[in-house]
Amino acid sequence: MSELLLDLKNVTKQFKGGTVALDNISFSIDADNPSIIAVAGESGSGKTTLGMMVLGFLSATTGSVLYRGKDLTKMSGQENTDFRKEVQAVFQDPFAVYNPFYKVDHIMEVPIAKFKMASNKKDARAMMEQALISVGLRPEETLGRFPHQMSGGQRQRMALARALLLRPKLLIADEPVSMVDASLRATILEALDKLNKEFGITVLYITHDLTTAYHVSDYILVLYRGSIMEAGDVESIIRNPQHPYTQLLIGSIPWPDLDRVWGEDIAIIDIEEDTSLESKVGCKFAGRCPQVMDKCKVSPPPLYWPDDNNRVASCYLFEDKEILPGNDVGTLFQSKKVAAAR
Amino acid sequence: MSNEYILQIKNLDVQYYTDAGIVFANNKINLELKAGERLGLVGESGSGKSTLALAILGMIKPPGGIAGGEILLDGRDITKLTEEETRQVRGREISMIPQGAMNSLNPVMRVKDQIIDSMIDHELGLGKAEMKEIVRDALEAVELDRNVGDMYPHELSGGMKQRACIAIAIAMKPKVIIADEPTSALDVVTQRQVMQTIRRIQEEMGAAVILIGHDMGLMAQFVDRLAVMYAGQMAEVAGKQQAFRSPMHPYTQMLIESLPKLATKGVFQGIPGITPLLRDLPPGCVFSPRCPQAFGPCRETTPKFLEHRPNQWVACHLYENENESEKARA
Repeated sequence: MSELLLDLKNVTKQFKGGTVALDNISFSIDADNPSIIAVAGESGSGKTTLGMMVLGFLSATTGSVLYRGKDLTKMSGQENTDFRKEVQAVFQDPFAVYNPFYKVDHIMEVPIAKFKMASNKKDARAMMEQALISVGLRPEETLGRFPHQMSGGQRQRMALARALLLRPKLLIADEPVSMVDASLRATILEALDKLNKEFGITVLYITHDLTTAYHVSDYILVLYRGSIMEAGDVESIIRNPQHPYTQLLIGSIPWPDLDRVWGEDIAIIDIEEDTSLESKVGCKFAGRCPQVMDKCKVSPPPLYWPDDNNRVASCYLFEDKEILPGNDVGTLFQSKKVAAAR
Repeated sequence: MSNEYILQIKNLDVQYYTDAGIVFANNKINLELKAGERLGLVGESGSGKSTLALAILGMIKPPGGIAGGEILLDGRDITKLTEEETRQVRGREISMIPQGAMNSLNPVMRVKDQIIDSMIDHELGLGKAEMKEIVRDALEAVELDRNVGDMYPHELSGGMKQRACIAIAIAMKPKVIIADEPTSALDVVTQRQVMQTIRRIQEEMGAAVILIGHDMGLMAQFVDRLAVMYAGQMAEVAGKQQAFRSPMHPYTQMLIESLPKLATKGVFQGIPGITPLLRDLPPGCVFSPRCPQAFGPCRETTPKFLEHRPNQWVACHLYENENESEKARA
C-alpha cells in the first residue's frame, strides 16, 4: 500500500456555541497519485473549516488529521517545519495577503530565508524568477513592484508562485478565483492545473463555484452543513449528479450557454425549508429535500455506491446499493478503478 | 422616437479629479434602454461600470463629476437637475438594488420602516394605511412573509436580506432598476431564486433593469442585451444572441472564449495583460495593448462607437474599414 499524503479520520469540528462545522468526515489522499480535489459547498458547509484543519490552524474536536502518517497535533519541531514547507496555501483575497508597505518580492524572500533555500542573493533571485515564470508571470514586470501596482489576477498568481517556490506536496487553495475578474480566472486555474501536472502537487481546491471546480479538478467532495453529500469523480458528479442536493446545486448554475435554460435541465423543486427538521439526528438536507422520506429524519444515511465505482452519495434513495465501508471516502480518491475509468 | 427609450445616455463623460491626475472613469458613453428591457453591463473591475450606475443615479460626488454628455430619463436630462430634484427621481423613477445586501440594511430599523423610509422622504403624502399596504405588496412581491416586515435585518438569512433590499427598491414602482451584482454574495441556489424574483417583478411592473456584474453565466440566463465596458469606454453593445454567438469586439470575443463550458473541460483561456490605469490611458484604442488583432490605426486613433451590424454597436477599427469598403461598393 502506498503512503497516504493526507488522511482525515472521523474528523468532527464543533465550535464554541455548539455549531458543528464538520461532522465525522473521513477521506484520504494518495501520495503517489497527485490530483486536484475540489471541496465544494455553499457558505456554512464547512469547506473553509476543512481547509483550516488540514493546514493545522484549527484542531479537530474529535478524530484526527494525519499528514504522511503523522498527527498534526503531535508533530515534533522538525516534523512541523517540514509540514509547514510541504503544505502551502493560497487564500481568497488577493489584496489582504500582501503588506502594502513591502514590495511584492517580500512574500517570496521570507520563505526562502526561513527555510534556508538559497545560499546567496543571486540564487534566491533565480528561484523567485523561475517560480514566477512557472505561473505565467514575467519577473521583470513583477519583482520590485508594490502590491497596488498589480492586478488581482497577478497578485493571486504571485501567491501561487510563492507556494510553488517551496516545492510543496500539498496546496490548499481556498476560493482562489472568487475575487478575481472573470477574464483573469482562467489564468489562475491554468496555473493551478500546471502546478498539479508539472510539479506533481496535490491541490485541495476549496470553492463554491461548481463550474470552475468541474474545469480544474479530478475529484469532488460536496459538503452540506458539515457532512459529505456526494463525492468522487468530478466528471460523473457534475454531468450526472445523484444526490438530491448535488442535483439542486448543479441545476442552479447559470451556465454561460444560451442553449441551456436556467434550472430546467434538471427538474428542480424549490421547497421552503422545513426548519423543524434541523435536527442533529437525520440527514442534514432532509428539510430541503424534495424526495425526503421518513427514515431521513431519523438517522443520517451512510455513503452508498449509487451506480458504478466512480462516486458515493449519502442518501437513502440508494439503500439497495452497496455501502462504502467505514464511511471513508479515502478509498475513492485513490481507487485504481476510478483512474482506469477516466 | 424619444418615447421608445426610457433611458438614453449620450456621450457621457465622468471624471475624478485626483492629485495623481484626472481619472477618466467614463469616456463618451452611449447607451440606450427600452422600457421593460433587461440590459447586462459587464466589465472588469475598474472598467467604469459602477461609475456609470452612480452617474445614472445622480450620485457622483466630488472629487468626481460629470464632465460632459447627458442622461435622458423619459427625454428629460437628469444631469442638469438640482440636488432636490435628483432626490425626487432617485428611488421613485430610478432605484438601485445594492451589491452587499448584508451591509445595505440599517441594523437598528425594522424592515417595514426601511421600505417606507424613502416614501416618507419623498413626501408623497401617503396615509398610514396606504403605506402599510405598500409594505405588504412589496414584501409579497419579493416572496417574503408579511411578518418579515416587523423583523430586524439580523433575523434574516442572506437571501431574505437581498429580498428585503429588492422590496425597498421596487416599493415606489420605478421605471429603471439598477442591480449591482445583486447575488454575488449568495450561493447558487439562492442566487437563482432571487434572480427569478427580480425577473418576475420587473416583468409585472414593466420596469427596465440594468444588471451590473461580471458573471457571464448570469448574463446569459437573465438579460436581453449586453453592454461590454473596457477601461471606461463602451466596447460593444449587442443583443444577447449576437454578443454570445457572434461577438465583434476582440475584447468581447476573448471574454466569451474565456468562459468555462461543460464541453471544454480543462481548457483555460484567459485574456493576457492588464487593464490600463484610467488616469493613464494608452493612445488610440484603449484595448490595443492587449489586443491580438491590433494594427496600425489602433495605436493612433480612438475607434468610433458605431452600429456595424444591426443592433450591434462596436468601437473597433477592424470594422471601420469594412464599413467604408461596403459604402464604396454601394
